[in-house]
Amino acid sequence: MTASRLATGGSAIDRSRPLRFSFDGTSVDGFAGDTIASALLANDVAVVGRSFKYHRPRGIWGAGVEEPNALVDIGGPHARPNTRATTEPAHDGLGAKSVNATPNALSDRNAFLDRFSRFIPAAFYYKTFMWPDWHMFEPRIRAMAGLGKVDTDWISSGPADQINHHCDVLVVGAGPAGLAAAKLAAGMGLSVTLVDDQQKPGGSLGHRASEIDGRPAAGWLEETLASLAGGGHLILPSTTAFGIYDHNLVGLNQRHFDGRPDTLWRVRPRRIVLATGAIERPLPFANNDLPGILSADAALAYLRRHAVLVGRRVVVATNNDSAYEVAEAIAEAGAEVTLVDIRRDGMPAAPARIRLFKGRTLASAAGRLRVEGVTLDDGTRLDADCVLVSGGWTPTIHLFGQARGKLAWSEARAAFLPGNSVDGISVAGAAAGAVSLSDVFAGAEKAVASLGQTKAVTPRSTGPEATAGIVAAWPVPGSKGRIWIDYQNDVTVKDVELAARENFVSVEHLKRYTTLGMATDQGKTSNLPGLALMAGITGRTVPEVGTTTYRPPFTPVPLASFAGARAGELMAPVRRLPLENVHRASGAVFQEYGGWLRPAHYGGRNADAERAIQDEAFRARQSVALFDGSTLGKIEVIGPRAAEFVDFLYYNTMSTLKPGRCRYGFMLSENGVVFDDGVLVRLDEHRFVVSCSSSHVAAVHARLEEWRQDRFGRGAVYIHNATSEMATLTVSGPNARKLLETVGLGLSLADADLPHMAIGHGSYAEDAVRIARVSFTGDRSYEVSIRADRAEPLWAHLRQAGQAFDAVLIGLEALMILRAEKGFIVIGKDTDGTTLPHDLGVAGPRAKRQNEFVGRRSLFTEEASRPDRMQLVGLTVPRDEPALATGGHGIERRGSKPRSIGFVTSSYQSPTLGQPIALGLIERGAARHGETIEIQHLGKLRTATIAAPCAYDPSGDRLNA
Amino acid sequence: MQLFPCPFCGPRDETEFHYGGDAGNTRPDGGDVPIDRWANYLYLRSNPKGAAREIWVHMNCGEFFVMVRDTLTHEVLSSSALGKEHAA
Ligand SMILES: [Zn+2]
Repeated sequence: MTASRLATGGSAIDRSRPLRFSFDGTSVDGFAGDTIASALLANDVAVVGRSFKYHRPRGIWGAGVEEPNALVDIGGPHARPNTRATTEPAHDGLGAKSVNATPNALSDRNAFLDRFSRFIPAAFYYKTFMWPDWHMFEPRIRAMAGLGKVDTDWISSGPADQINHHCDVLVVGAGPAGLAAAKLAAGMGLSVTLVDDQQKPGGSLGHRASEIDGRPAAGWLEETLASLAGGGHLILPSTTAFGIYDHNLVGLNQRHFDGRPDTLWRVRPRRIVLATGAIERPLPFANNDLPGILSADAALAYLRRHAVLVGRRVVVATNNDSAYEVAEAIAEAGAEVTLVDIRRDGMPAAPARIRLFKGRTLASAAGRLRVEGVTLDDGTRLDADCVLVSGGWTPTIHLFGQARGKLAWSEARAAFLPGNSVDGISVAGAAAGAVSLSDVFAGAEKAVASLGQTKAVTPRSTGPEATAGIVAAWPVPGSKGRIWIDYQNDVTVKDVELAARENFVSVEHLKRYTTLGMATDQGKTSNLPGLALMAGITGRTVPEVGTTTYRPPFTPVPLASFAGARAGELMAPVRRLPLENVHRASGAVFQEYGGWLRPAHYGGRNADAERAIQDEAFRARQSVALFDGSTLGKIEVIGPRAAEFVDFLYYNTMSTLKPGRCRYGFMLSENGVVFDDGVLVRLDEHRFVVSCSSSHVAAVHARLEEWRQDRFGRGAVYIHNATSEMATLTVSGPNARKLLETVGLGLSLADADLPHMAIGHGSYAEDAVRIARVSFTGDRSYEVSIRADRAEPLWAHLRQAGQAFDAVLIGLEALMILRAEKGFIVIGKDTDGTTLPHDLGVAGPRAKRQNEFVGRRSLFTEEASRPDRMQLVGLTVPRDEPALATGGHGIERRGSKPRSIGFVTSSYQSPTLGQPIALGLIERGAARHGETIEIQHLGKLRTATIAAPCAYDPSGDRLNA
Repeated sequence: MQLFPCPFCGPRDETEFHYGGDAGNTRPDGGDVPIDRWANYLYLRSNPKGAAREIWVHMNCGEFFVMVRDTLTHEVLSSSALGKEHAA
């Protein structure tokens, strides 16, 4: 091939704006408007990459999205791997590298693989590298196969935009069909969005001779685009509709070429018009993958858009009429052209100065790094520096297929066409099998006709009309030489034959076995020839073989585009305390607990953390501790049937609770398993506050709503989640009451007035405060709730007044120690997905309750009554030993075989007791207090003694101390 | 992405909804419900191919409702508010 840039012409390029970029380290000159591919061709770069498996030299095949070979990795600030050189605009300073080639496409050190090709057919790897283990071979094989490389040092310039968009009509493809449909729909007063994957809309109008309404198509194109834009309609070039999802949501991938990440559009149109065109197929002949063998239509596009003449001695091989315009144009541009047509008759007249071989096709191509000649099926040899082929046209019906449209085989077109109607979708133009411009416009009119009356006039084709005239030229079994079907995945006729011999005859099996139609290409040029060959081998028709399932995306979409802003901190945003900044100023070290960012401890980072935690837990028992408990759930249940409602939701009877009092209880799931625990407050006869676990607020709220709506009714109860309205400041310890009295909350804190498990109402400054005397530490405790935005002065006051009592700020880690000393559980930590309430020692309601509650029946199954259930216990070890490992298993031996009888759920060093403490779930544990068992963890054995869960102050005296 | 019609808010993206189970899976009350009846309530699902009556909740407004949709074609056949019998 000796391709070159012509001195004049090229509708897409701007010769006043030259540019230079690099490809495989060599500089390439081009003009604004060039793609990487058009500039490479203009510089006569024939080899642009190496094939996936055999490392065969490969050149540019197409001029758009159908390109299977010319993939490049683009470096620098616009980095992206595996980009089609045919769709990526060239710009000054861009650095592109060929894929799957070391060190470069022209001299690849793995090219030797091609000489062993007969030993590495389809599925060779799976069959050969089985012993001893595929994983031994996998890394090396993966390194040798594959395409582009991700630049792991590259950092995105920012999150990718995502746009939700609504319109009346979405037109996919801005060729003649799409433009006409858009124009007609706009004339109905509908809002139109028109997308096109090329930088310059127009489709075939950009390079196929045509005349519309009596003038050259270029003028009509410009005018139509201007009138759509002027009418406020949205035109998105360089944008690919890559998928149609449920209920006709369309995904668009918009490229920017200025370093900005691609934009993801989610479009909900009322009507979709698919005017996606058609893709030219290759012809089957030996070595049809050599560089210099191009799609005929692509060569015409390069000539007319970029003024690139692809060769000097050109053979054009075809089975249809579309290549004749190409042959004529290439000849006019100065090349010596020979036409080879498989048809004996019925073809157009050969253009002047062009030699025509009728009834002939190519048997093989010759050449090493680029094509040097061809041999016809009658043995005629022709020299050529470029071979253009047209094997017919495959309508681009991927989106129609994704929308579950059925396909119908057309013998006249030798292709699948849309076969039924899909709600909300019409197909027009070449995608629907139209060939002449008149048919294209008629189809566009039909595609939007049902949407209304249009004021626009349907365009008329007044120039030459294209004809199809195709006869099928599928690959045939038993052909000589290596005939490529899928360029991108190195699948040949022989591979398909092998698949058929091994009975992988279904198209879906054929695809997986040979990789035909996989990767970034998704079989755009290869699917139909592949399944036509399988039809030939198995004696079926093409529609009997069928197609593989069409799945999005049509072209690759960067993952960053789907992620959008959901990365880093925004991936799973934490909930934050109203007093977060105050805690930070106090030296708090924050951690995430159940979705909340909370102080783990104050001061003491890294190695000192454990000492800080121990210090907090120790001092909390000495005098008084301050703790931010704002995350505790505060879900209000209000209404005439509120008491009945909470009775049903809780395992414990709650309706007997007196106003002003609190009660601890469990919520179960319907399978009886403990779902949440916490304190229920009764504010008055018809008003309760569910104080559920911090991490369960959303789930408990949803569950309350579900039972309210599904069982009790909207008028019976009302649910209000007030969790974030109030901050809850907890004061705990022997001096808690004295400290609060110093601060002054406007109510009597005397034990007679506010006993344990009671609530009181007071005020601080101007604000009402609610004080709940409940305890998660085992010490006298007060939970003071106040408007979240007014909590800061109260917290400051508590801290200031606390100095006189040697008050200590404690984080969640110290609280965990304090509650474990008391044997207080954390649901999901000290329980699992099988724990029933009586396993935790709360058997009363199960035995006594007569009315209905969630999970009730599940507490009386055979399983629930087993005597060997795992039950909550304490586990003690000698004072001088370290704490047990959480997760360590209690084991029992029958003979020499150890068997798990449960596990350690919580384990800490208790600073107050001066020894380790632990909780666990152990089989029959409640009846085994005092028994010593073995605990196994990571192969190490220790012993522990089963005890009651509560290790500290079992009589509960400190609640009132 | 599917569009579900919330009876209160109109058509919304499916990401705003949570599935709530088969509609008509009535809860049998009582401590003496036959165990297989209770097990069916807990675990047995009809999983039809075609029209399915299901409970969904629209997270944004918090309302549970009944939706009939085709599990094969994903066509939404109807949606209606829950618990009309409780209407005040
Ligand atoms: Zn809603």
